Amino acid sequence: MKTIYLDNNATTRVADEVFAEMQPLFCEFYGNPSSMHSFGGRVEKKIIQARHQAAALLGCEPAEIVFTSGGTESDNAAIKGILAANPAKRKIITTRVEHPAVLTTCRELERHGYIVYELAVDSRGQIDIDELRRNLDDNTAVVSIMWANNETGVIFPIEQIGGLCRSYGVPFHSDAVQAVGKIPFNLSNFPVDMISLSGHKLHGPKGVGVLYVRKGTKIVPFMFGGHQESGRRAGTENVPGIVGLGKACELAMKNMQHENSRVKLLRDKLENAILKTCPNATINGDKVNRLPNTTNISFEFIEGEAILMLLDQYGICASSGSACSSGSLEPSHVLRAMGVPFTAAHGSIRFSLSIYNTEQEIDFVIEKMPIIVNRLRQLSPFVKV
Amino acid sequence: MWDYTDKVKDHFLNPRNVGEVENPDGIGEVGSLACGDALKLTFKLDSNGRIADVKFKTFGCASAIASSSVLTEIIKGKTLDEALNVTNRDIADYLGGLPEQKMHCSVMGREALEAAVENYRTGGKKMHQLEGKVICTCFGVTDREIERVVRENNLTTVEQVTHYTKAGGGCQGCHGEIRKIIEKTIGQKAAAMPSVQPKRKLTNIEKIKLIEETINEHIRPALKADGGNIELIDVEGNKVIVAFRGMCASCRLAEFTMKDVVEAKLREYVSGDIIVVEGKNAES
Repeated sequence: MKTIYLDNNATTRVADEVFAEMQPLFCEFYGNPSSMHSFGGRVEKKIIQARHQAAALLGCEPAEIVFTSGGTESDNAAIKGILAANPAKRKIITTRVEHPAVLTTCRELERHGYIVYELAVDSRGQIDIDELRRNLDDNTAVVSIMWANNETGVIFPIEQIGGLCRSYGVPFHSDAVQAVGKIPFNLSNFPVDMISLSGHKLHGPKGVGVLYVRKGTKIVPFMFGGHQESGRRAGTENVPGIVGLGKACELAMKNMQHENSRVKLLRDKLENAILKTCPNATINGDKVNRLPNTTNISFEFIEGEAILMLLDQYGICASSGSACSSGSLEPSHVLRAMGVPFTAAHGSIRFSLSIYNTEQEIDFVIEKMPIIVNRLRQLSPFVKV
Repeated sequence: MWDYTDKVKDHFLNPRNVGEVENPDGIGEVGSLACGDALKLTFKLDSNGRIADVKFKTFGCASAIASSSVLTEIIKGKTLDEALNVTNRDIADYLGGLPEQKMHCSVMGREALEAAVENYRTGGKKMHQLEGKVICTCFGVTDREIERVVRENNLTTVEQVTHYTKAGGGCQGCHGEIRKIIEKTIGQKAAAMPSVQPKRKLTNIEKIKLIEETINEHIRPALKADGGNIELIDVEGNKVIVAFRGMCASCRLAEFTMKDVVEAKLREYVSGDIIVVEGKNAES
């Protein structure tokens, strides 16, 4: 059975070109980039190239790129690094819909005496900029608000948020893991001080990411040891990962147009067809400010994990915000923060596409989805037949 | 991905006895849309008092649907007394086992069966309702239900109780009570309290640490679940000064919350003579 992969916000296929770049770095060019011999120096050049590739995608200086082990490390390093550099300030502002890499980090800091303010979101999943304004003060050490939400694809008004933070002199971090590679970036003249990104969300390898730190932003390193990454992130570089990520950034620039035209059209086709063929289905989140590849749909009266299991029978990969699929007992914190009723949150399915999806695949999902929904609704005590 | 047995997959993909029996003798309905799973069981008896026909409708995940399906297979042909002997263990065993976190699906099956039998025995009057004292307010689970799963499944930890009944899976404010029920039920101190009351007098630093810990572990989660928060301002001898934030600050029941929850918890975990006061000059 062919796999139809529509779970690209979870992880993506490594691009062939990326894999080809990485391969020689395992057994052939395995030198340590810090070594004082040309065998290692050759590898160092590869890292410099990757730094330029990442900087080109983000529209920033290569020196502002810090390679990390992934999005979670970048988020931790940014938030904790800023707090450590400003010990007198005790308040963090974030949102209720952040990825756990930010939310759990903030809640842990709260246990250590920090004041954490979580901004609410409306039914579209958008924050109220005035609520942010009301809460910014002299005690605020950092604001961390995601660029785009992983579950709904909702894009936040980052420029407006950043401008506000700047007027209060508060450093602004954004978890841009879902946004980088899907929408254009130009950080050179943009009011954001730090962003996190992850290799495996843009057809790069797992276990590598970037923390962008604007020149002049004071942060205390999160890990100590060697002088790597200009003393900002110790530890021998994950060379194949970094080189793969660099290549993935280069490809993302090339494919950006594709992502925002063809991928978006496929997403819209899938979404519109499902809404037409499946009654009692609704889109979750802001439909205007949204990533081009993501749709989050709630199917009333049926449960998400059961939908996923039936999709799996057809080789279709998606994900759900239901309680059962996560192993927790409550449905997605994002959908709950948006006020999506429990009944709809339990039956939510996220499809996230990539440039590798074909129209044929989307047509196949469009054909199977109503069959799956009807089958489960026949079992549901809440549907009168 | 859950590691479901072939039997679970089979009963999920090809559920037996789906639907509703016409003019049923008994109807059992448990769970709700809000809770994430629900089961409606209907049956009809034959002239010998055996279950002649039984059908189910289930809203829930694969294991909830599979548990419902095998339940109907297990009880078909049984008398009601025989059927009532079926435990959640029997349902799980019939499926070749369920992931630990999914055991509540088997418990839901057993509960629906009991509700349906009760409905029949009370002449169709009684629908399922909670019995006993509600321990977990997030999922509406009573002490009786918890006692029963602990006994029938030899459970020893709060985590297991959550897997089997969902109790304690929300704000986690009831973990202390669940622990007490486990201890009472199995008659031994299997689940140690996280903060053991120390024998010797605490130093000031130890006391403040313990107060902070207690607030973090036992008080804040419950308040946060309702959109509130609490901040420790100061400790002066046995007087603990706190401030309420968010929803709690404007809540008319703030005094009740403070007396009832914060002081009780601090007395339980730190020291019996603690008095809680709300800091008026605290930063707002």
